[in-house]
Amino acid sequence: MKTILYILKKEFRQIFRNKTMLPMIIVVPLVQMLVLVFAANLNLRKIDVVVVDHDLSEASRQLVGKFDGIPFFNLKGANFSIESAEEKLEAGKAEMAMVIPPNFERKLIRENHSSLQLLINAIDGNSAQLIYAYSQAIISGFNKTLVADWKGIAEFSPPVSVDIAENYWFNKELDYKWYMAPGILAILVTVIGMFLSGMNLVREKEMGTIEQLNVTPIKKYQFILGKLIPFWVIALLDLALGLFIAKLAFNLPIVGSLWLLFGFAGLYLVSVLGLGLLISTLSNTQQQVMYVSFFFMMLFILMGGIFTPVESMPSWAQEVDRVNPIYYFMRIMRMVVLKGSGFFDLLEEFFSLLALGILFIGLAIWRYRKTA
Amino acid sequence: MSNKKTKINFLPWGETPERERGHIISVKNLVKKYGDFYANDHLSFDVYKGEIFGFLGANGAGKTTAIRILCGLSSPTSGEIKVAGYDIYTQTEKVKNNIGYMSQKFSLYEDLTVSENIQFYGGIYGLPSKTVKEKEKQLLEKLELTSSKNKLIAGLPLGWKQKLAFSIAILHDPKIVFLDEPTGGVDPITRRKFWDLIYEAANGGITVFVTTHYMDEAEYCNRVSIMDAGKIEALDTPENLKKQYKAKNMDEVFVKIAR
Repeated sequence: MKTILYILKKEFRQIFRNKTMLPMIIVVPLVQMLVLVFAANLNLRKIDVVVVDHDLSEASRQLVGKFDGIPFFNLKGANFSIESAEEKLEAGKAEMAMVIPPNFERKLIRENHSSLQLLINAIDGNSAQLIYAYSQAIISGFNKTLVADWKGIAEFSPPVSVDIAENYWFNKELDYKWYMAPGILAILVTVIGMFLSGMNLVREKEMGTIEQLNVTPIKKYQFILGKLIPFWVIALLDLALGLFIAKLAFNLPIVGSLWLLFGFAGLYLVSVLGLGLLISTLSNTQQQVMYVSFFFMMLFILMGGIFTPVESMPSWAQEVDRVNPIYYFMRIMRMVVLKGSGFFDLLEEFFSLLALGILFIGLAIWRYRKTA
Repeated sequence: MSNKKTKINFLPWGETPERERGHIISVKNLVKKYGDFYANDHLSFDVYKGEIFGFLGANGAGKTTAIRILCGLSSPTSGEIKVAGYDIYTQTEKVKNNIGYMSQKFSLYEDLTVSENIQFYGGIYGLPSKTVKEKEKQLLEKLELTSSKNKLIAGLPLGWKQKLAFSIAILHDPKIVFLDEPTGGVDPITRRKFWDLIYEAANGGITVFVTTHYMDEAEYCNRVSIMDAGKIEALDTPENLKKQYKAKNMDEVFVKIAR
């Protein structure tokens, strides 16, 4: 036990003396929280729209006015030719072109029916559908007012309809920042933990100092724990710092228990640090550690459900996620922070992380060789 | 012949003849193969307690491979090996408690101070912190490093680093210290001073096992073995070897053996 204390003392001295490590520990959480959370914005706002109004009637102006009235759309002026609107789409200067044909109003009055065209940039299919849905909502709203204004029946026989009273649970205002922040925090502790610990161990190999340790009676588990604990502590401090920033910067509600959150983070970190250490016991240089860790990080993060729901991944991918510690931790973070889930809601996550932690640490200790 | 018994009559330090002191390292038929290549080809030799045993050979002769096996950093393909009376296969940790090692690659922590390095290694070997403090004081005085004890290792000249590394390797009073080309890259005066430290350790009862390819250093050893292409070609006192090969100095002996 005393041996571990000596190792810890040495590790912390080296960390606090390292001129790259210390800024990393403080700057990374700041940047990740303040930049990434905003950058990972899934909400659409200010969609640039060009309008080609060939009708120039009262009805068409009314419709355009509806689009102009909501912040979702940003009208980029009118054009008179479809070609120039298409050019704008192609040049990426507009996301949507709305083409109102001549006789739009006349047809409405005479035939009770008219049509217009929406050209939508669908490189990102999700946004395209969203833009379409918004436009449709506006146009059908426009329909309703037409019916009410022109026919005057609205007051006498309102159309049969079902009103929807929506209530968004756990994130009432659909603030994407509240959704992203716990996910980005999960990535933060992962990056800090996995990279720093892995790089640190392999550095001893590069410097040759590991040989000097390997001729001492130091135990394998003592060595691995000595390498794990400092970065475990640092990652948890970074989580605290990140939560603090999220609270200050965008008033992230923390519904669940902080103790539970940090308890789970501690458990999660054991598996991530274990994996980092395992990779570094298998590598000989910092580059190798970087490449291999990066590979696993990308895989784990993208499959972990930060941007896309795991439920919509193919079933084989969902099976793979069973050994993905980030998947569990991402869920835990969001459930505890936003939903206030308790320990018993997270039993599956608990046992899975426990198993993965034991597995990765066990492998790292087993793989670390004092004898080449 | 590799396991030829030697007659020792050259005893500049210690009073007891080596043979009566007994063996502290015994190696029988040590083989280390990498694929078809024999890095160590059936080595057999004994090292007596308290002697300075020189392990000579050209680069690539297999010296480092052998020393790493004796320290438990590498496992042999086959052979019977006892270090400090313990079997290197089954009593690894006991071996490690009784040996010190200084590799050819400098291996103290460059980003820790002199004092922090001493305390770390003292702690790792389980020495009580009071003992470590006393030893640190003595050691710093001896090496005239007291005023530099709070300097980072990175800022010290190579010669000082090596002397410090040696002193730290014997901080826990091991029975044997293994030195793998400890004086590589330093000037002759510093080398001489380094050997003063080795003599001092040997006089204090520590057996010294040292690899080198400086032939003047070979003269300082009680006995030397000369390796070539993975085999021990000669093993005797420097005096006897010079007589046997009709050579003026160890340099000539070495050239005659290694061609």
